[in-house]
Amino acid sequence: MKAKLAAVALLLATAACGADEPGAADDGATLTLWTRAATEAVSKAYADAYNASHRNKVEVTAYPNEEYPAKLASAAGARSLPDLFAADVVFAPQYASQGLWADVTDQFQSLPFKDSVAPSHVRAGTWEGRTHAVPHTIDLSVMLYNKDLYAKAGLDPEKPPRTLAEFAEHARKIDQLGGDVHGTYFGGNCGGCVEFTFWPSVWAAGGEVLDAEGRTALVDSPEMAEVFAVYRDLYDQGVASPASKAEAGPTWLGALQSGKVGIAPAPSVWLDAIEAKGVKTGLAPIPGLTGGESTFVGGDAIGIGATSGKAQQAWDFLAWTMSDEAQVEVIAQRKGVPVRTDLAANRHSSADPRLVTANGLVAKGKTPYARNFNATFNDPQGPWLTTVRGALFGNAGQALATGNEAITKSLRQG
Amino acid sequence: MTGALYATPAAVLVGLFFVVPLLLVVWMSLHRWPLLGNPRLNAPDNYTAVVDNALVASAAWFTLRYTVLITALLFVIAFGLALLVQNRRPGVGFFRTAFFLPMTVGFASASLLFLGLLSEEIGPLPAGGDSPALGSAVLLVLWRFAGFNMLILLTGLQAIPLDVYEAARIDGASRWQVFGRITVPLMRPTIALVLTMMITGSLLAFDQFWILTRGGPDNSTTSLVMVIYREAFVRLDLGSAAGISVVLLVLLAVVSSVQFAVLRRRSA
Repeated sequence: MKAKLAAVALLLATAACGADEPGAADDGATLTLWTRAATEAVSKAYADAYNASHRNKVEVTAYPNEEYPAKLASAAGARSLPDLFAADVVFAPQYASQGLWADVTDQFQSLPFKDSVAPSHVRAGTWEGRTHAVPHTIDLSVMLYNKDLYAKAGLDPEKPPRTLAEFAEHARKIDQLGGDVHGTYFGGNCGGCVEFTFWPSVWAAGGEVLDAEGRTALVDSPEMAEVFAVYRDLYDQGVASPASKAEAGPTWLGALQSGKVGIAPAPSVWLDAIEAKGVKTGLAPIPGLTGGESTFVGGDAIGIGATSGKAQQAWDFLAWTMSDEAQVEVIAQRKGVPVRTDLAANRHSSADPRLVTANGLVAKGKTPYARNFNATFNDPQGPWLTTVRGALFGNAGQALATGNEAITKSLRQG
Repeated sequence: MTGALYATPAAVLVGLFFVVPLLLVVWMSLHRWPLLGNPRLNAPDNYTAVVDNALVASAAWFTLRYTVLITALLFVIAFGLALLVQNRRPGVGFFRTAFFLPMTVGFASASLLFLGLLSEEIGPLPAGGDSPALGSAVLLVLWRFAGFNMLILLTGLQAIPLDVYEAARIDGASRWQVFGRITVPLMRPTIALVLTMMITGSLLAFDQFWILTRGGPDNSTTSLVMVIYREAFVRLDLGSAAGISVVLLVLLAVVSSVQFAVLRRRSA
């Protein structure tokens, strides 16, 4: 009995300590946070709201997208990582495996809402069963279409395509408007753009691009070949803008903002940026060749720099960013996609049916997982871009077969 | 003793900024070297991987072709410019300054300038398609470095005593004879210097391709240093990057020593 009492007392003491912890973790520390330019606005919005209600102060520094991974690598080599850093979610397994982020498994497990935190993002930040990163922002690939051009081409602006075949048909109709209007547009010289926008069509058809461990490529599947064939035809027939072949990413958004493109798969976060240029835009899920829908759940993951001495304070910020308050009043308020599936419907999203569509896709979509993802797929010198160029502009059959081998080799490289 | 003391500052600088990093690179190339955590000896894996790396082979081939192309063009243009502004006459100062001026723009800034200039979206001279990738980089390098090399060649030209030219003229030598028998032979040390700098610079090309083409399209403008960058900052494999660096360093040392041997022997 005495032992039991002592145990209870101990438990109470621990609980009391636990209750004190938020105070201890919010002790007025200054936390540095690094992010890439694409995510800067969201990171700053989180930081501003957090700083307004906490004693800790988060200072955000953003770096150009392309230079950011090198900046992180050199900081890690010099053991001077920031207290917190975000990264493209597809890079997360590599950073986790390299130990660049501190282990936050226990803290994450203690969150009451842990089960509704975007599962594919959490999986991306996991290495050998330990959690190293949590979702920071979510960016989904969707079809964005120009409602005015739809109406001009005699299509119903409220009826986006339900299959990839129908998408091609719509694009052709709009292309017939002539002038400098084109049916569609894609980043044909950008591995990251193509995986983000083409893979959902493969998934929607029930296909896979990678095995679950990210060690074997499956790009020589019939589903993948069919998807490439659709875009290849659109390019060959001039329905896709000729600039698609050289598009390496930087001018992709600008092309859609011009209002001269009918329908194109693109990041959901561009909706506002495109409408800001006066282009009335519709949003629809990316379909498979004959139906179904999926999305690439992209965005950024964030973790605590492994060399930071303020891990406790940094976790206080991370836990807060995933709270109802931050997700609804910071993320949903600025039309972002919440990182929690239980907050998909909220008072901000219900005002815009397009946001409900986007938020609902998180559960259907995937975030591919591979330790060597960047070197294989996003890096311009990786084997994926060679495969893409062959499949779209060269010998398609051969490109996918030899590409599959090269990609698998790259995925397994030590 | 005093001599050794005088040499100490230079020796310390060379040791600190050349010898130590060099030894460290060699040491790293013998290890599996993670960003954080402890290195592990894995020699000679990083070197055998160089041979297996298909990208290294294609990048080496491209870098060699680029080096030959740039060295030939840059040398001809720089020498031509130097001969044009060799003699003092009205307005020559203006041209010397104009030719040299691009050198004052940082190379990365110059690359970005060309990127904007040739952009299909915002550029006044849009370069469509993907064929001009190498051409635009070559143009950039010629514009940026011709003036600088001109300046070095000019100092070589002006170091040739005028009496020699006068003597040749009195003997009735033609312009071509003067150029071939006097200018070029007496310029040999300067030419050796300029060629060495051009070849070394071209074999180490990075900025112009990194900014202008990202190595594309289809890896057609991926230089060796870009492969080193990929190993270190994309694959996060510092040991492998160090391995390729050491191979490139040996290659550079061989090329430079052959070059010097050839050029010095002839002038001796």
